[in-house]
Amino acid sequence: MKIVHYVNQFFAGIGGEDAAGTGPELRDGALGPGRRLASLLGDEHEIIATAICGDDYAAGHPEFAAELVTQARERGAEMIVAGPAFTSGRYGMACARIAAAACEAGLPALAAMHPDNPGLGEAAGAPLVESGLTARLMKDSLERFAAAARKIAQGDELTVQDGRIGPVARTNRMADRNAAERAVALVIARLGGDKDANEIPLPDFDQVTPAAPIADATDALFALVTEGGFVPAGNPDRLESARASKWVRYSLDGIDSAESGEYESVHGGFSTQWANADPNRILPIDIAREMERDGSIGGLHGEYLATTGNGTTVADARRFGMEWAAELRQAKIQAVILTAT
Amino acid sequence: MSIAKRVGAPRIVPTRGIPFPTGDPELSPEQERAWRRQLLERALVAVTTQVSEPTVFDGDAGQ
Repeated sequence: MKIVHYVNQFFAGIGGEDAAGTGPELRDGALGPGRRLASLLGDEHEIIATAICGDDYAAGHPEFAAELVTQARERGAEMIVAGPAFTSGRYGMACARIAAAACEAGLPALAAMHPDNPGLGEAAGAPLVESGLTARLMKDSLERFAAAARKIAQGDELTVQDGRIGPVARTNRMADRNAAERAVALVIARLGGDKDANEIPLPDFDQVTPAAPIADATDALFALVTEGGFVPAGNPDRLESARASKWVRYSLDGIDSAESGEYESVHGGFSTQWANADPNRILPIDIAREMERDGSIGGLHGEYLATTGNGTTVADARRFGMEWAAELRQAKIQAVILTAT
Repeated sequence: MSIAKRVGAPRIVPTRGIPFPTGDPELSPEQERAWRRQLLERALVAVTTQVSEPTVFDGDAGQ
Protein backbone atom coordinates (compact mmCIF):
# COMPACT_ATOMS: atom_id res chain seq x y z
CA MET A 1 0.00 0.00 0.00
CA LYS A 2 1.06 3.58 -0.56
CA ILE A 3 1.27 5.17 2.87
CA VAL A 4 1.63 8.77 4.04
CA HIS A 5 3.19 9.15 7.50
CA TYR A 6 2.44 12.13 9.77
CA VAL A 7 5.04 13.59 12.16
CA ASN A 8 5.40 16.94 13.95
CA GLN A 9 8.04 19.60 13.31
CA PHE A 10 10.41 17.99 15.81
CA PHE A 11 10.46 14.50 14.34
CA ALA A 12 10.59 15.97 10.82
CA GLY A 13 13.86 17.64 11.81
CA ILE A 14 12.58 21.18 11.27
CA GLY A 15 13.04 22.35 14.88
CA GLY A 16 11.78 22.28 18.45
CA GLU A 17 9.38 24.65 20.18
CA ASP A 18 10.73 27.55 18.11
CA ALA A 19 9.29 25.86 15.02
CA ALA A 20 5.99 24.72 16.61
CA GLY A 21 4.08 27.29 14.55
CA THR A 22 5.12 25.64 11.23
CA GLY A 23 2.13 25.15 8.92
CA PRO A 24 1.07 21.87 7.26
CA GLU A 25 3.06 20.50 4.33
CA LEU A 26 3.88 17.24 2.53
CA ARG A 27 7.43 16.14 1.74
CA ASP A 28 8.49 13.23 -0.49
CA GLY A 29 9.51 9.94 1.10
CA ALA A 30 9.99 8.91 4.72
CA LEU A 31 11.53 11.24 7.30
CA GLY A 32 12.84 10.78 10.84
CA PRO A 33 11.13 7.81 12.55
CA GLY A 34 9.36 7.14 9.23
CA ARG A 35 12.56 5.66 7.80
CA ARG A 36 12.70 2.91 10.40
CA LEU A 37 8.93 2.47 10.14
CA ALA A 38 9.21 2.03 6.37
CA SER A 39 11.71 -0.80 6.73
CA LEU A 40 9.57 -2.47 9.42
CA LEU A 41 6.50 -2.27 7.17
CA GLY A 42 8.24 -4.49 4.61
CA ASP A 43 8.18 -4.61 0.82
CA GLU A 44 4.41 -4.69 0.43
CA HIS A 45 4.12 -1.14 1.72
CA GLU A 46 5.83 2.11 0.86
CA ILE A 47 5.90 5.45 2.69
CA ILE A 48 5.49 7.72 -0.32
CA ALA A 49 5.45 10.99 1.61
CA THR A 50 5.66 12.53 5.07
CA ALA A 51 2.95 14.93 6.23
CA ILE A 52 4.23 17.53 8.69
CA CYS A 53 2.72 20.22 10.88
CA GLY A 54 3.98 22.21 13.87
CA ASP A 55 2.36 21.24 17.18
CA ASP A 56 1.12 24.74 18.03
CA TYR A 57 -0.24 25.26 14.53
CA ALA A 58 -2.08 21.91 14.66
CA ALA A 59 -3.56 22.70 18.10
CA GLY A 60 -4.81 26.09 16.94
CA HIS A 61 -6.03 25.09 13.44
CA PRO A 62 -7.96 21.79 13.57
CA GLU A 63 -8.57 22.06 9.80
CA PHE A 64 -4.88 21.21 9.19
CA ALA A 65 -5.84 17.52 9.38
CA ALA A 66 -8.38 17.56 6.55
CA GLU A 67 -5.98 19.67 4.43
CA LEU A 68 -3.14 17.19 4.84
CA VAL A 69 -5.41 14.21 4.18
CA THR A 70 -6.63 15.85 0.95
CA GLN A 71 -3.02 16.49 -0.14
CA ALA A 72 -2.07 12.92 0.76
CA ARG A 73 -4.91 11.54 -1.38
CA GLU A 74 -3.83 13.68 -4.30
CA ARG A 75 -0.39 12.07 -4.03
CA GLY A 76 -2.01 8.65 -4.20
CA ALA A 77 -2.03 7.69 -0.51
CA GLU A 78 -4.03 4.52 0.23
CA MET A 79 -3.45 4.68 3.98
CA ILE A 80 -2.33 7.24 6.57
CA VAL A 81 -0.36 6.58 9.75
CA ALA A 82 0.63 9.12 12.43
CA GLY A 83 3.16 9.22 15.24
CA PRO A 84 4.22 7.73 17.56
CA ALA A 85 3.40 10.71 19.79
CA PHE A 86 4.35 9.10 23.15
CA THR A 87 2.92 11.38 25.90
CA SER A 88 3.26 14.65 24.00
CA GLY A 89 -0.19 16.26 24.27
CA ARG A 90 -0.31 18.56 21.25
CA TYR A 91 1.43 16.00 19.02
CA GLY A 92 -0.95 13.27 20.22
CA MET A 93 -3.95 15.45 19.52
CA ALA A 94 -2.60 16.17 16.02
CA CYS A 95 -1.99 12.46 15.31
CA ALA A 96 -5.48 11.55 16.52
CA ARG A 97 -7.04 14.28 14.38
CA ILE A 98 -5.09 13.09 11.29
CA ALA A 99 -6.30 9.52 11.85
CA ALA A 100 -9.88 10.74 12.36
CA ALA A 101 -9.76 12.90 9.21
CA ALA A 102 -8.33 10.00 7.17
CA CYS A 103 -11.08 7.63 8.36
CA GLU A 104 -13.68 10.23 7.54
CA ALA A 105 -12.22 10.48 4.03
CA GLY A 106 -12.53 6.70 3.70
CA LEU A 107 -8.84 5.86 4.06
CA PRO A 108 -7.57 3.25 6.50
CA ALA A 109 -5.59 5.02 9.23
CA LEU A 110 -3.69 4.41 12.44
CA ALA A 111 -2.11 6.67 15.07
CA ALA A 112 0.36 5.63 17.78
CA MET A 113 0.66 7.21 21.25
CA HIS A 114 0.89 6.36 24.94
CA PRO A 115 -2.45 5.44 26.64
CA ASP A 116 -2.10 8.52 28.91
CA ASN A 117 -1.78 10.90 25.97
CA PRO A 118 -4.54 13.54 26.28
CA GLY A 119 -4.99 13.45 22.49
CA LEU A 120 -6.62 10.02 22.78
CA GLY A 121 -10.12 11.48 22.90
CA GLU A 122 -9.74 13.20 19.53
CA ALA A 123 -9.55 10.02 17.45
CA ALA A 124 -13.33 9.81 16.91
CA GLY A 125 -13.18 6.03 16.65
CA ALA A 126 -10.08 5.85 14.42
CA PRO A 127 -7.75 3.04 15.50
CA LEU A 128 -4.95 3.88 17.94
CA VAL A 129 -2.03 1.70 18.98
CA GLU A 130 0.00 1.98 22.16
CA SER A 131 3.48 3.48 22.12
CA GLY A 132 6.00 3.89 24.94
CA LEU A 133 6.13 6.80 27.35
CA THR A 134 8.93 8.73 25.65
CA ALA A 135 11.01 8.71 22.46
CA ARG A 136 13.60 6.61 24.30
CA LEU A 137 11.20 3.73 23.58
CA MET A 138 11.07 4.54 19.87
CA LYS A 139 12.39 1.15 18.73
CA ASP A 140 9.76 -0.97 20.51
CA SER A 141 7.06 1.56 19.74
CA LEU A 142 7.80 1.47 16.01
CA GLU A 143 7.78 -2.33 15.94
CA ARG A 144 4.32 -2.44 17.48
CA PHE A 145 3.18 0.45 15.26
CA ALA A 146 4.35 -1.32 12.09
CA ALA A 147 2.71 -4.62 13.08
CA ALA A 148 -0.58 -2.85 13.78
CA ALA A 149 -0.33 -0.85 10.54
CA ARG A 150 0.14 -4.07 8.54
CA LYS A 151 -2.99 -5.46 10.18
CA ILE A 152 -5.04 -2.37 9.39
CA ALA A 153 -3.73 -2.44 5.79
CA GLN A 154 -5.10 -5.99 5.44
CA GLY A 155 -8.49 -4.80 6.62
CA ASP A 156 -8.27 -6.56 10.01
CA GLU A 157 -9.43 -5.05 13.30
CA LEU A 158 -6.94 -4.29 16.06
CA THR A 159 -7.31 -6.11 19.35
CA VAL A 160 -6.07 -5.36 22.85
CA GLN A 161 -3.30 -7.90 22.17
CA ASP A 162 -2.14 -5.76 19.25
CA GLY A 163 -1.87 -2.82 21.63
CA ARG A 164 -5.14 -1.17 20.67
CA ILE A 165 -5.95 1.78 22.98
CA GLY A 166 -8.60 4.48 23.20
CA PRO A 167 -12.37 4.38 23.10
CA VAL A 168 -13.87 1.48 21.19
CA ALA A 169 -17.27 1.82 19.54
CA ARG A 170 -19.98 0.32 21.78
CA THR A 171 -22.00 -2.49 20.29
CA ASN A 172 -25.19 -4.06 21.57
CA ARG A 173 -25.11 -7.58 22.93
CA MET A 174 -27.25 -9.67 25.26
CA ALA A 175 -25.90 -9.78 28.81
CA ASP A 176 -26.10 -13.06 30.70
CA ARG A 177 -27.58 -11.38 33.79
CA ASN A 178 -29.78 -8.33 34.26
CA ALA A 179 -28.46 -4.94 35.41
CA ALA A 180 -29.54 -5.39 39.06
CA GLU A 181 -27.67 -8.68 39.37
CA ARG A 182 -24.56 -7.24 37.72
CA ALA A 183 -24.66 -4.15 39.97
CA VAL A 184 -24.85 -6.29 43.12
CA ALA A 185 -22.01 -8.45 41.82
CA LEU A 186 -19.90 -5.30 41.32
CA VAL A 187 -20.64 -4.09 44.86
CA ILE A 188 -19.63 -7.47 46.26
CA ALA A 189 -16.44 -7.40 44.20
CA ARG A 190 -15.70 -3.88 45.46
CA LEU A 191 -16.27 -4.93 49.07
CA GLY A 192 -13.90 -7.81 48.43
CA GLY A 193 -11.16 -5.32 47.58
CA ASP A 194 -11.45 -5.30 43.76
CA LYS A 195 -11.09 -1.56 43.04
CA ASP A 196 -11.06 -2.02 39.26
CA ALA A 197 -14.34 -3.90 38.81
CA ASN A 198 -16.39 -1.64 36.55
CA GLU A 199 -18.55 -1.92 33.44
CA ILE A 200 -18.11 1.72 32.43
CA PRO A 201 -14.59 3.17 32.69
CA LEU A 202 -14.68 6.57 34.40
CA PRO A 203 -12.86 9.61 33.01
CA ASP A 204 -9.39 9.94 34.39
CA PHE A 205 -8.02 13.33 35.54
CA ASP A 206 -4.45 13.51 34.37
CA GLN A 207 -1.67 14.88 36.55
CA VAL A 208 -0.40 18.28 35.45
CA THR A 209 3.09 19.36 36.39
CA PRO A 210 2.84 22.99 37.56
CA ALA A 211 4.66 25.47 35.34
CA ALA A 212 7.67 27.23 36.82
CA PRO A 213 6.84 30.59 38.41
CA ILE A 214 7.56 33.83 36.57
CA ALA A 215 10.44 35.82 38.03
CA ASP A 216 8.80 39.23 38.00
CA ALA A 217 5.13 40.10 37.47
CA THR A 218 5.99 43.72 36.66
CA ASP A 219 7.80 42.50 33.57
CA ALA A 220 5.34 39.80 32.45
CA LEU A 221 2.55 39.76 29.89
CA PHE A 222 -0.69 38.47 31.44
CA ALA A 223 -3.79 37.01 29.79
CA LEU A 224 -7.30 36.78 31.21
CA VAL A 225 -9.29 33.64 30.35
CA THR A 226 -12.48 32.24 31.85
CA GLU A 227 -14.95 29.39 31.76
CA GLY A 228 -17.69 31.74 33.03
CA GLY A 229 -19.57 32.01 29.71
CA PHE A 230 -18.34 35.61 29.47
CA VAL A 231 -19.20 37.23 26.11
CA PRO A 232 -20.01 40.63 24.59
CA ALA A 233 -23.67 41.53 25.11
CA GLY A 234 -25.87 39.67 22.65
CA ASN A 235 -23.48 36.69 22.50
CA PRO A 236 -22.45 37.25 18.84
CA ASP A 237 -20.87 33.81 18.33
CA ARG A 238 -23.62 31.88 20.12
CA LEU A 239 -21.42 30.38 22.84
CA GLU A 240 -23.46 27.60 24.47
CA SER A 241 -24.73 28.01 28.04
CA ALA A 242 -24.02 24.32 28.77
CA ARG A 243 -22.02 21.47 27.22
CA ALA A 244 -19.94 23.95 25.25
CA SER A 245 -18.51 22.52 22.03
CA LYS A 246 -16.19 25.48 21.49
CA TRP A 247 -14.39 28.46 22.95
CA VAL A 248 -14.41 32.08 21.79
CA ARG A 249 -11.97 35.01 21.73
CA TYR A 250 -12.63 38.72 21.86
CA SER A 251 -10.39 41.76 21.60
CA LEU A 252 -9.72 43.84 24.69
CA ASP A 253 -8.32 46.73 22.65
CA GLY A 254 -9.51 49.98 24.18
CA ILE A 255 -11.57 48.17 26.82
CA ASP A 256 -10.89 49.62 30.27
CA SER A 257 -13.60 47.87 32.26
CA ALA A 258 -16.28 45.20 31.71
CA GLU A 259 -19.30 47.49 31.75
CA SER A 260 -22.83 46.31 32.39
CA GLY A 261 -24.76 46.22 29.12
CA GLU A 262 -21.58 45.66 27.11
CA TYR A 263 -20.70 42.22 28.47
CA GLU A 264 -22.76 39.40 29.91
CA SER A 265 -22.42 35.82 31.13
CA VAL A 266 -24.41 33.16 29.27
CA HIS A 267 -23.40 30.44 31.74
CA GLY A 268 -26.38 28.17 32.40
CA GLY A 269 -25.11 26.75 35.69
CA PHE A 270 -25.78 29.69 38.05
CA SER A 271 -27.81 32.88 38.27
CA THR A 272 -26.06 35.49 36.13
CA GLN A 273 -27.77 38.51 37.75
CA TRP A 274 -24.62 39.58 39.66
CA ALA A 275 -22.36 38.97 36.66
CA ASN A 276 -24.57 41.02 34.39
CA ALA A 277 -24.88 43.88 36.92
CA ASP A 278 -21.05 44.17 36.97
CA PRO A 279 -19.28 41.86 34.47
CA ASN A 280 -15.90 42.62 36.13
CA ARG A 281 -17.12 40.09 38.69
CA ILE A 282 -16.48 37.35 36.10
CA LEU A 283 -13.51 38.81 34.22
CA PRO A 284 -11.61 41.46 36.22
CA ILE A 285 -10.79 43.73 33.28
CA ASP A 286 -11.00 46.93 35.38
CA ILE A 287 -8.36 45.87 37.90
CA ALA A 288 -6.17 44.18 35.28
CA ARG A 289 -6.05 47.49 33.40
CA GLU A 290 -5.37 49.37 36.63
CA MET A 291 -2.44 47.01 37.35
CA GLU A 292 -1.16 47.50 33.82
CA ARG A 293 -1.26 51.29 34.32
CA ASP A 294 0.40 51.31 37.75
CA GLY A 295 3.09 48.83 36.63
CA SER A 296 2.05 45.90 38.88
CA ILE A 297 2.03 43.77 35.71
CA GLY A 298 4.06 44.18 32.56
CA GLY A 299 1.03 44.19 30.29
CA LEU A 300 -2.39 42.70 29.49
CA HIS A 301 -2.88 40.48 26.43
CA GLY A 302 -4.95 42.15 23.70
CA GLU A 303 -7.74 39.58 23.81
CA TYR A 304 -9.43 37.24 26.24
CA LEU A 305 -10.45 33.60 25.71
CA ALA A 306 -13.69 32.18 27.08
CA THR A 307 -15.84 29.11 27.14
CA THR A 308 -18.66 27.83 29.31
CA GLY A 309 -17.69 25.26 31.93
CA ASN A 310 -21.03 23.64 32.57
CA GLY A 311 -21.50 19.93 31.97
CA THR A 312 -18.45 20.04 29.70
CA THR A 313 -16.88 16.65 29.01
CA VAL A 314 -13.35 16.05 30.24
CA ALA A 315 -12.30 15.37 26.63
CA ASP A 316 -13.63 18.74 25.40
CA ALA A 317 -12.20 20.62 28.39
CA ARG A 318 -8.81 19.01 27.80
CA ARG A 319 -8.93 19.99 24.14
CA PHE A 320 -9.85 23.62 24.99
CA GLY A 321 -7.02 23.73 27.52
CA MET A 322 -4.44 22.47 25.06
CA GLU A 323 -5.66 24.86 22.36
CA TRP A 324 -5.56 27.78 24.79
CA ALA A 325 -2.07 26.88 25.97
CA ALA A 326 -0.81 26.74 22.39
CA GLU A 327 -2.50 30.06 21.51
CA LEU A 328 -1.15 31.84 24.56
CA ARG A 329 2.34 30.50 24.10
CA GLN A 330 2.39 31.68 20.51
CA ALA A 331 1.36 35.13 21.79
CA LYS A 332 4.32 35.04 24.23
CA ILE A 333 2.05 35.24 27.28
CA GLN A 334 3.93 34.46 30.51
CA ALA A 335 1.09 34.23 33.04
CA VAL A 336 -2.62 33.48 32.84
CA ILE A 337 -5.43 34.26 35.26
CA LEU A 338 -8.37 31.90 34.71
CA THR A 339 -11.53 32.90 36.54
CA ALA A 340 -13.65 29.86 37.37
CA THR A 341 -17.32 29.85 38.28
CA MET B 1 -11.97 25.24 45.50
CA SER B 2 -12.17 21.53 46.31
CA ILE B 3 -12.92 20.86 42.63
CA ALA B 4 -9.98 23.01 41.51
CA LYS B 5 -7.73 20.99 43.83
CA ARG B 6 -9.15 17.66 42.73
CA VAL B 7 -8.64 18.31 39.02
CA GLY B 8 -5.10 19.48 39.73
CA ALA B 9 -5.15 23.27 39.16
CA PRO B 10 -1.61 24.17 40.28
CA ARG B 11 -2.26 27.65 41.76
CA ILE B 12 -5.64 28.47 43.31
CA VAL B 13 -6.94 31.77 44.74
CA PRO B 14 -10.20 31.16 46.66
CA THR B 15 -13.06 33.59 46.11
CA ARG B 16 -16.46 34.16 47.69
CA GLY B 17 -19.03 32.69 45.34
CA ILE B 18 -19.52 30.74 42.15
CA PRO B 19 -21.58 33.46 40.36
CA PHE B 20 -18.98 36.22 41.05
CA PRO B 21 -15.40 34.88 41.21
CA THR B 22 -13.83 38.36 41.16
CA GLY B 23 -16.47 40.27 43.08
CA ASP B 24 -18.75 40.32 46.09
CA PRO B 25 -22.19 41.94 45.64
CA GLU B 26 -22.54 42.33 49.42
CA LEU B 27 -19.88 45.06 49.41
CA SER B 28 -20.17 48.72 48.43
CA PRO B 29 -18.76 49.47 44.94
CA GLU B 30 -15.53 50.92 46.42
CA GLN B 31 -15.06 48.01 48.80
CA GLU B 32 -15.77 45.52 46.04
CA ARG B 33 -13.14 47.08 43.79
CA ALA B 34 -10.62 46.88 46.64
CA TRP B 35 -11.53 43.20 47.17
CA ARG B 36 -11.05 42.50 43.47
CA ARG B 37 -7.66 44.25 43.56
CA GLN B 38 -6.70 42.09 46.55
CA LEU B 39 -7.67 38.90 44.66
CA LEU B 40 -5.55 39.88 41.67
CA GLU B 41 -2.62 40.71 43.93
CA ARG B 42 -2.92 37.22 45.40
CA ALA B 43 -2.87 35.90 41.83
CA LEU B 44 0.39 37.79 41.23
CA VAL B 45 1.88 36.17 44.33
CA ALA B 46 0.66 32.79 43.07
CA VAL B 47 2.25 33.02 39.62
CA THR B 48 5.58 34.16 41.09
CA THR B 49 5.71 31.30 43.62
CA GLN B 50 7.17 27.84 43.00
CA VAL B 51 4.64 25.06 43.62
CA SER B 52 4.83 21.29 43.22
CA GLU B 53 1.15 20.42 43.71
CA PRO B 54 -2.25 22.18 43.82
CA THR B 55 -1.62 25.08 46.19
CA VAL B 56 -4.12 27.54 47.70
CA PHE B 57 -3.11 31.20 47.96
CA ASP B 58 -5.42 32.84 50.50
CA GLY B 59 -2.93 35.03 52.35
CA ASP B 60 -3.32 38.77 52.76
CA ALA B 61 -1.01 39.71 49.95
CA GLY B 62 -0.77 43.36 49.09
CA GLN B 63 -1.84 44.64 52.48
